[in-house]
Amino acid sequence: MDAVTVSDYRRQEESITLSAEPAPGGEDLSQELMTINMGPHHPSTHGVLRLIVTLEGEIVRDLKPVIGYVHTGIEKTAEDKAYWKAIPVVERMDYLSYYFNAMAYCGAVEKLLECEVPKRAQYLRVIHLELNRIMSHLVWLGTSALDLGAISVWWYCFRERESLLDLFEMSSGQRMHTRYFQVGGVIEDIPRGFEAKVRAFTKTMRTRADQYAALLDRNEIVLQRLRGTCPLDEATLLGLGVTGPLLRAAGNPWDLRKAAPYSSYEDFDFKIPVGTQGDNYDRYRVRHAEIYESCDIVDQALDGLPEGPFITEDRKVALPPRHELATSMEALIHHFKLVTEGFRVPPGEVYYPIESPRGELGCFVLSDGSSKPARVHMRDPSFVNLQATAPMTRGSYIADLVATLAMLDPVLGGVDR
Amino acid sequence: MPDATGLELIAQDLRASHPDAVLGTTFFREEATLEVAPARLLDAATQLHARGYSFLASCHGVDYYPAEPRLGVHYQLLDMPNVDRICLKARVGVEDPHVPSLCELWPGANHPEREVYDMFGVVFDGHPDLRRILMPEDYEGHPQRRDFPVGGEPVIFTYNEDKIPGWTR
Amino acid sequence: MELTREKLGGADDLRIRQLRARDMLRGDISDEELERYVEERVLTTTLDKAVAWARGNSLFPATFGLACCAIEMMSVVGARLDIARFGFEAFRASPRQADLLILSGRVSIKMAPVVRRIYDQMLEPRWAIAMGACCSSMGVFNNYALVPADKFMPIDVHVPGCPPRPEALMHGILKLRAKIQGDPPAGWRERYEAFGTEEVVGAADRPGVNAVNVFQSGETSGA
Repeated sequence: MDAVTVSDYRRQEESITLSAEPAPGGEDLSQELMTINMGPHHPSTHGVLRLIVTLEGEIVRDLKPVIGYVHTGIEKTAEDKAYWKAIPVVERMDYLSYYFNAMAYCGAVEKLLECEVPKRAQYLRVIHLELNRIMSHLVWLGTSALDLGAISVWWYCFRERESLLDLFEMSSGQRMHTRYFQVGGVIEDIPRGFEAKVRAFTKTMRTRADQYAALLDRNEIVLQRLRGTCPLDEATLLGLGVTGPLLRAAGNPWDLRKAAPYSSYEDFDFKIPVGTQGDNYDRYRVRHAEIYESCDIVDQALDGLPEGPFITEDRKVALPPRHELATSMEALIHHFKLVTEGFRVPPGEVYYPIESPRGELGCFVLSDGSSKPARVHMRDPSFVNLQATAPMTRGSYIADLVATLAMLDPVLGGVDR
Repeated sequence: MPDATGLELIAQDLRASHPDAVLGTTFFREEATLEVAPARLLDAATQLHARGYSFLASCHGVDYYPAEPRLGVHYQLLDMPNVDRICLKARVGVEDPHVPSLCELWPGANHPEREVYDMFGVVFDGHPDLRRILMPEDYEGHPQRRDFPVGGEPVIFTYNEDKIPGWTR
Repeated sequence: MELTREKLGGADDLRIRQLRARDMLRGDISDEELERYVEERVLTTTLDKAVAWARGNSLFPATFGLACCAIEMMSVVGARLDIARFGFEAFRASPRQADLLILSGRVSIKMAPVVRRIYDQMLEPRWAIAMGACCSSMGVFNNYALVPADKFMPIDVHVPGCPPRPEALMHGILKLRAKIQGDPPAGWRERYEAFGTEEVVGAADRPGVNAVNVFQSGETSGA
């Protein structure tokens, strides 16, 4: 790029100016500001996140995230596919909470179609969503502990994650990106033995989570690194549009599962962990406590799992069961129409928000009456939460920056889409 | 959600203060959408903010091709204490895609507006740092417009594997 | 500076070695036995094999997780499918210290130059695995935003899957290990016969000079 077209921020990036802030501990000493680049290939940024950090010594004075390094054009690809064929595409957005992506999308399409989801399907969805929440928090905990230096916790969390992925594999055949949620319900009923395995899992998960707490909660190093570092008050967070555990750590108990229940969440009795100070330690404790609550929800859902169909009976939306194809002509025609063209959705636009492990995950679908969506937009929580990095880390050390990034839990697949 | 009458009352109040602001209201599937003229977007947003819709849940763009005006910007607002949502919509054409930025009201609109600029080409007047966010900075074109091709690589089957230039050949 | 390349392995060359050895041994051993004697002394093949075996068993992967496949790559490192039992648990963050780049995830057009730069920073011999469908072909997302990895860097093993199971990735890594232990040429240009794209400063004005890395037609078979 020639000098004429260099943008201001690039010029600022390359300049070295004297800091306006007085150097800590020094009288009338001003230090130079240095702008360095962190990422996109970096062991501590969670994924391909590039940060342009302006430092004064070790203190972060400004921070600019540069994203787009894993932009996949998911929303554009989804416009090209039939509604149910877009589910696998949309699932791969936020790659740690794939059931949530599918839920938001299927919920939006069901809202457009005004399609009833059977109660059993709703409970099955809740079970898988909460198991996914536990899995996402386990990966978060493992990688965050890795960043802080508590490497053993990573191994333990991934051991738990393997048992979880076994459960997902039992119900849908795939470990990740399972394509289990379909428009109208779920693709298949749970197999025999699934319930027993899930109960065994939630029982051990609670014990294991206690063990992680025993390792980390009162650990002197964890406390020094997380307690009191990078707090952000609730008002700023609300102005930035931040939701999820970050907002709850600051004291605001906003959770869509309680505020605007969807998919039978109103049937379950669970608590919302809320922090008091909004610093990194509260964010860690809030997410850790959510693991217990998710275990409770899963157990309650299994207790109350009703009998019934696992997907809507509307043959215009959901595939007929295989055995019907042998005897019924209508079933064959429906199957053919659904597989080749897909179902048509009445024109309109809908925004369907749910509570993902990182905050409000919303799906906007614009339908033009055909069998392909005209616009799919996923409002990803990490994308919006990332804007809070700069206010949080201004004035703190690089080590705190690493800890804050870990506690923010950004998933770059969702940020970049 | 405000029900249909609630939405009409909101529109009425907005019309009272800014007569040319409201272009239409839609109440579809229990969701309220308020379409405003792009020039009045900031006034409408300020009024809704004062009314209680103080949380910006989402800002996204839509290409309504072939309907004109093609490019739409949606602001999904949320009233947390009442759990109320409303969508503020402004539509601009491709020739003059200028919309006032809502970054002063909601700092969290920064990245989403940059994404709408990147993907659709809508220019937000007053945005502190409007440049591409997801595509490389020197990319040409706005990918999520409907007339932008999906792109990609041709799929290699046996009938065309000799004709397509291979990646490793 | 003139760089000349000596071709080894032709009949003339062994003759030279033979003559020297004959001089050394004062004519005690004759032609074939002499050749065998010389070869045994040098131990080229066995030593190369040993080096290749060691190289294959001590890969240092680079931490290069891009998207969903990165999570499955982390599972490979996890306790159930332990990559440490093969000796590959030393994931290095710096590309200078790594010799295996596991491209796990989708490579967007913004990221492609960064990947290439990381690959270039690695020291030879280096290997690359394209893990998952997105970097091998376009995967689920055949659109404007992605680049298949083969377009900008040489890949040794492609592991299909979306995401590939950790066992599948392990299978791919073991196949790569077998490939390394088969002692392929260390430089990637020889491995893929990727000649014709080299740049040599100053060779253009001195035609006929046998400069290193410049493709002379007829020199390499099959390219």
